[in-house]
Amino acid sequence: MSYSLPSFLIVSSLLFCLGMFTVLTRRNAIGVLMGIELILNGAGLNFVAFSRFLEPTQTANLLSGQVFTLFIIAIAAAEVAVALAIVLVLYSQMKTIDVEDFKDLRG
Amino acid sequence: MVEPQTVKNILWLIPCLPLAGAVINGLLRRRLPARLIHIVGCASVFLAFLVSVSGFITLVRIEEPHNRLLIQSLYQWLLTVWDQGRFSLDVAFRLDPLSAALCLVVTGVGFLIHLYSVGYMAGDESQGRYFAYLNLFTFSMLLLVLADNLLLMFVGWEGVGLCSYLLIGFWFSDLEKAQAGMKAFIVNRVGDFGFFVGLMLLFWTLFEGSSGGITGLGFDQLTEAIPLLGSASPILGVGVATWIALLFFVGATGKSAQIPLYIWLPDAMAGPTPVSAFIHAATMVTAGVYMIVRLNFLYAIAPVAMTVVAVVGAVTAFYAATIALTQNDIKRVLAYSTISQLGYMFLAVGVAAFSTGIFHLVTHAFFKALLFLGAGSVIHAVHSNDMQEMGGLKKYMPYTYLTFMTAYLAISGIPPLSGFMSKDEILWATFNSHLSIPGLGKVLWALGLLGAGFTAFYMTRLVALTFMGNFQGGPEKEKHLHESPLVMTIPLMILAVLSAVGGAIGLPAVTHLPNLLHDFLSPVIGGHGSSGHEIHAYGLEVLLMVISTGVALTGIGLGYYFYLKRPELPGQIKARFAGMHRLLFNKYYVDEIYQALFLRPVLKLVSLSGRFDLQGIDGAVNLSSRITAKFSFLVGWEDLTIVDGAVNGLADIFKRWGAWIRQVQTGRIQHYLYSVVLGIFGLCVFMLLF
Repeated sequence: MSYSLPSFLIVSSLLFCLGMFTVLTRRNAIGVLMGIELILNGAGLNFVAFSRFLEPTQTANLLSGQVFTLFIIAIAAAEVAVALAIVLVLYSQMKTIDVEDFKDLRG
Repeated sequence: MVEPQTVKNILWLIPCLPLAGAVINGLLRRRLPARLIHIVGCASVFLAFLVSVSGFITLVRIEEPHNRLLIQSLYQWLLTVWDQGRFSLDVAFRLDPLSAALCLVVTGVGFLIHLYSVGYMAGDESQGRYFAYLNLFTFSMLLLVLADNLLLMFVGWEGVGLCSYLLIGFWFSDLEKAQAGMKAFIVNRVGDFGFFVGLMLLFWTLFEGSSGGITGLGFDQLTEAIPLLGSASPILGVGVATWIALLFFVGATGKSAQIPLYIWLPDAMAGPTPVSAFIHAATMVTAGVYMIVRLNFLYAIAPVAMTVVAVVGAVTAFYAATIALTQNDIKRVLAYSTISQLGYMFLAVGVAAFSTGIFHLVTHAFFKALLFLGAGSVIHAVHSNDMQEMGGLKKYMPYTYLTFMTAYLAISGIPPLSGFMSKDEILWATFNSHLSIPGLGKVLWALGLLGAGFTAFYMTRLVALTFMGNFQGGPEKEKHLHESPLVMTIPLMILAVLSAVGGAIGLPAVTHLPNLLHDFLSPVIGGHGSSGHEIHAYGLEVLLMVISTGVALTGIGLGYYFYLKRPELPGQIKARFAGMHRLLFNKYYVDEIYQALFLRPVLKLVSLSGRFDLQGIDGAVNLSSRITAKFSFLVGWEDLTIVDGAVNGLADIFKRWGAWIRQVQTGRIQHYLYSVVLGIFGLCVFMLLF
């Protein structure tokens, strides 16, 4: 069975919307980070799908989309590492990881 | 023997030694013990005296009289060069017979008076200041005497005036004494103004007349340049030389206390008595005489000015003697006597007997210094200046009495004492003078003779009231009467010897002995001088001598009769001629006349301009300041409300907006994300629609 580009796009935009929804609604900082992972994965899937279906014959283009995805995965890993470290510090300082309580930057 | 060259190179020491003394005593006056102050003060003058003596001996040893001149040029003070010529002034000292004679008097008598001051000022808390001033005065006087040009002489001339002021007002906490100092200074300034105008007129005339040929104001240069004055066009019908000579004479009347500027000298007696002896009898007041003798070449071509000098001198000599008849303050009598004797000196130089004027200057320095120092010794014992509180002092103060008597006989004109020699020579020269008005010489002679008689009379009165009879100051004071210490009486004795034999330097022609002073001074005075030696009328000379001696003896006799024989007589005469006595006692009301003529208008002007200042100028200033204040108040209000209001208002607006907008910044990360998402969404909608 073969899959066409739109189906990949639908899945990736679903992933993106779910991720965005999670980021916007979760009050738990870990949940927010999870939402960010979803967003990044949606974007990554999008890159891979476009590189697979739009120019399948041109090797260079094919590779460029997939390299983007690899970079996104690597950056996501690094970002989660930093973000979890921040969350840990925040927790030790504030005894909570509820993002509603983090409002020191209020103008 | 000292080489002339060596003496020439150490000339600067004569004025500068006292200057060094003044600097040391002036700067360290609070640190040095009194003993050291005395040593510095006296030694500096004594060393200057030694240098003067060596200079004098060197001069005498030079064979040719016209070579008797040593000039030491220290440095160039002023130099102007332009295309037509040059003008330069050196700080140079000139030792010639005239200045050598004056140096000996200033340093010699000066040293004795310094020595005397040690005793007189003992116990005064500001002796350092006193000796510093006295040394500074000696320096200024020597500068005046030794200066080789007119401008340097003027510096010394001003310097002695300043020191005179400082020393008259030495006890400045006494208002009257401080005022006496100021009076002396201001009256001197009037004279100095004349001197300075004369100096400028001289410079200007020579400068114009010789089209830049004049190269300096040195006395040798002036001697050559002065004849050029004859060709200068007269000012207001009077020759320029006469103007200049008269202006210099105005300076001399101020410094040497002649009519009409003599009024400061009696008040100058407020100073310490040694100061009166040194400055106001022996040296400073003779500066005018010295200046005229120094400028004899100028006066020689200004016969009108000479006549004025002679008349002023003779009138002053007579006039001051009449005032001295009635004064009760011992120092005031001596002050008027000094004015009178200075009048004789001017009479001498006025009739062209320059060396005779210097002769009287020297002898007067001896006997008048002695009189003042004797009076100081008396005041030291009695603690009063009033002769009516003295009397009978001869048994308490034998040394003072004996020395004072010598000076008394000298000033009265008893032969062969020094005063007789010099005064008689003046009268003889006056009698034989050829003034521009015929017969004037005889009138002036008569005036001088009468003055001499008065001199003998008032001096007899002074001696009688002070030393003879019984003490009038009360028994309490009588117990404390004492002879002054040796440091005071030794100078008296030396001066007494000098007063007695000082006349030997100018013997009258009738003796057929050389007139030492006249011969010594002849190179400076040149062909202009005459002491009556040229006139070989010995019979007449002896007759005049007999007359003047007779007049002196009459004065003494009258004084003796009035004040010792019949002491009640003066009171009766006083009552008989009350108006006359009042006139004399009040010094012809000259002070009051000057007060009315000059002081009151000036004071009026002062109060008028003061009022103008207070009401006119201050009013205008205050008005403008009030206007400014009003205006600035307005501006300030405008600044506060409008300008500041605008600025504050703007700031307020932004603040309110900011407060409103900052509500967006909640600090919650999800709110920010909402806005990001909304923004992206809005952007997408915008892209899709347009």
